[in-house]
Amino acid sequence: MAAAEPIPQPDDSLPPTAKSVGAVKSELMHFNGPLRLTSGTGLPEYDLMVETYGQLNPQKTNAILICHALTGNHHAAGYYQDSTERPGWWDEFIGPGKPIDTDQFFVVSLNNLGGCSGSSGPLSINPLTGKAYGPTFPMVTVTDWVNTQAQLADRLGIECWAAVIGGSLGGMQTLEWSIRYPDRLKHAVIIASAPKLSPQNIAFNEVARQCILRDPEFKEGHYLEHQAYPKDGLTQARMLGHITYLSNAGMNTKFGRRTSTQYLDYRLSPEFEVERYLHHQGERFCGRFDANTYLLMTKALDYFDPAAQFQNDLSACVEQAKANFLVLAFSSDWRFSPDRSVELVDALITAGKGVTYACIESDAGHDAFLLPIPRYVNLLSSYLKVVSKDIL
Amino acid sequence: MSHPRIDWRLIADWVPKNTKVLDLGCGDGELLAYLSQERQTQGLGLEIEHAAIEACVKRGISVIEHNLNHGLERFSDQSQDTLVMTHALQMIKRPDRLLQEMLRIGRQAIITLPNFGHWSHRLHLLYKGRMPVSHSLPHPWYATPNIHLCTLRDFELLCEQMRITLLDKHFLNAKNRSSWASQQWPNLFCGQAIYRITKETST
Repeated sequence: MAAAEPIPQPDDSLPPTAKSVGAVKSELMHFNGPLRLTSGTGLPEYDLMVETYGQLNPQKTNAILICHALTGNHHAAGYYQDSTERPGWWDEFIGPGKPIDTDQFFVVSLNNLGGCSGSSGPLSINPLTGKAYGPTFPMVTVTDWVNTQAQLADRLGIECWAAVIGGSLGGMQTLEWSIRYPDRLKHAVIIASAPKLSPQNIAFNEVARQCILRDPEFKEGHYLEHQAYPKDGLTQARMLGHITYLSNAGMNTKFGRRTSTQYLDYRLSPEFEVERYLHHQGERFCGRFDANTYLLMTKALDYFDPAAQFQNDLSACVEQAKANFLVLAFSSDWRFSPDRSVELVDALITAGKGVTYACIESDAGHDAFLLPIPRYVNLLSSYLKVVSKDIL
Repeated sequence: MSHPRIDWRLIADWVPKNTKVLDLGCGDGELLAYLSQERQTQGLGLEIEHAAIEACVKRGISVIEHNLNHGLERFSDQSQDTLVMTHALQMIKRPDRLLQEMLRIGRQAIITLPNFGHWSHRLHLLYKGRMPVSHSLPHPWYATPNIHLCTLRDFELLCEQMRITLLDKHFLNAKNRSSWASQQWPNLFCGQAIYRITKETST
C-alpha cells in the first residue's frame, strides 16, 4: 500500500549481457491462394515478408510471434548488413539476454498483409492485371492478418506458439489469436492495446484518413500511375497520429515551449520545438510509408471488435481462449488508456482465464510500449522466463 | 509437503481442492503457490506493490495490479470459491465494506488478523502511555500501514453486526504457535487469529 514509486527512467534497464541479434536478413514467402478475406473479397495468392531471430528447437515449441502495430513491419530486431538504417523497431526487446531472449526463443516477425514493406499490399503487382493494386487492394482485417499468420506458422512447422506478443494494433492481433486459434498459443502478451477502438480513436483515424483522401495528389489512390504522391496528406496524418502517441506531460518534458530561435518570428513558420518535431516525424514517415496502406491499416483498427459477434459480451468472447494472458498498460497512454486494458482484464477474469495485469508508470504516452522502461522490461523478462521454463 | 508456516497449513486445510482462490494483497504470491501445490487451486492475486507483483510474475502466479481501497466491483457475485486476505484487512480504508464485498464475491473468506488486544499491547499502552510497537506491529503510529487495528472481540462483533457467520477460527500466540493460553483467552493471548467466514446460511 505504498505511495506510487517515482517515474522510472529508461536507463540501465537491460542486463549488461544483453546483445543485438546482429545482422539479419528478411525472407519473402509466397503463399498460394485463394485467400478468403473478411470483407467477402479475396486474393489469388500473396506474399509475406518475414524475419526470424534465434533457433527453432527440434520439437518446434519455442517459437514466439511478434505482431506489429499500425506502421511497424517485419524488421523488429537487428540490422541489415551495409545499411545505415536504424536497427529494428523493437531491437531493445529482442535479442540474446533481452526480454524476448533469442537464446531461448525462435522469434518470428512479419509485415502484415496490406503492408508496404514487402508483403502483398497496395504497392504489389496484381497478377490479374499486371499493374500495382493501389487502391484496389482489398480491405484486410485483424482476422485476416491472424489467418495469414497461421498459414505462416504452418509453413514454419509451428503447431503452437510459446507466446504471441503485440503492442497496440499488435495486441489486437494477439487477442484475436487467442480467440480464433485457442490451441495454437500458450501465452498471449497484450501491451498498450484495447479490445476495440473507442469512438474517439475512430475519430482520430478518420481525420488522418481525410488528410490523405483530400490531398489533390491522392488521385483516388491511383497516385502511382500519375507519378504523384499525397505527401502533404500523409504528413498531416502522421503529425496528428504523433500527438496522440505522446502525453501532455511527456511533451512538456520533451519540448516545453522552447523555440528554435531566440526571438519570436511573428510569422506562420514552425518555431516551437514541438512543431518542428511533428514536421520532422511527418516527413520521415512519408519517405517510408505508403498512403493506401495507411488507409487500410487504420480501417483494420477501426473494424476490430471481436465481442460484436457475442452480443458485445467480451467475457463470452474470450471464453474459448486457452492461453495465459499478460496484459500491460502505461499510465499516461490516452490513445489506448489503461482503462481499456482493464476492460479486457476484467473480461478475462470473469471468463476464469489466467491473467496478469500491470500498469507501468511512464509519461511517454502510447509510445511507451516501444521504450525500455525498467519496470516494463523486468515484468516482460520475468514473464517470458517462466514461459521458457514451460517449453518441452 | 507441509509448509513451515503453521498459519498457511491451517488456511490450506480450509480450501477445497480444485477450487478458485482470490488472494487480496497477495504479496509475493507464496501462499497462492502453496495452495496451488497443496490443493490444486486456480489462484489469482491482487496486489499494489510493484516488487511484489514482479515476484508473483517470477513464480508464474497470476496477479492483477489493483488498489483494494477502490473496491472489488470488477468481480461478479459468487464468482470465486474462497477469498483469502492475510494481514491486510487492517490496512484498508473501510474494512467493513471490503468484508461485505468479499462475501458477495466468494462463497467463503479466510482472514488472518493481528490481535491488538494482546496483553503486551495492553501493557504497553497502560505503562508507557504510548501506542504499542512490537515485533508484529513494528511501525510508529504516524507511519503505520495498519490504519484500522482491532481486537478479536471487535472483529467478531463486527461480523455479528454484519450477519457474517464465523465458520471456523484458529488462535495462534505471539510466536505464531497454537498454545493453551491463546485458545483459552484469545483476546489476551492470541497474536494472530485466522477466521473462516461466510454469508451463506449453510456451508
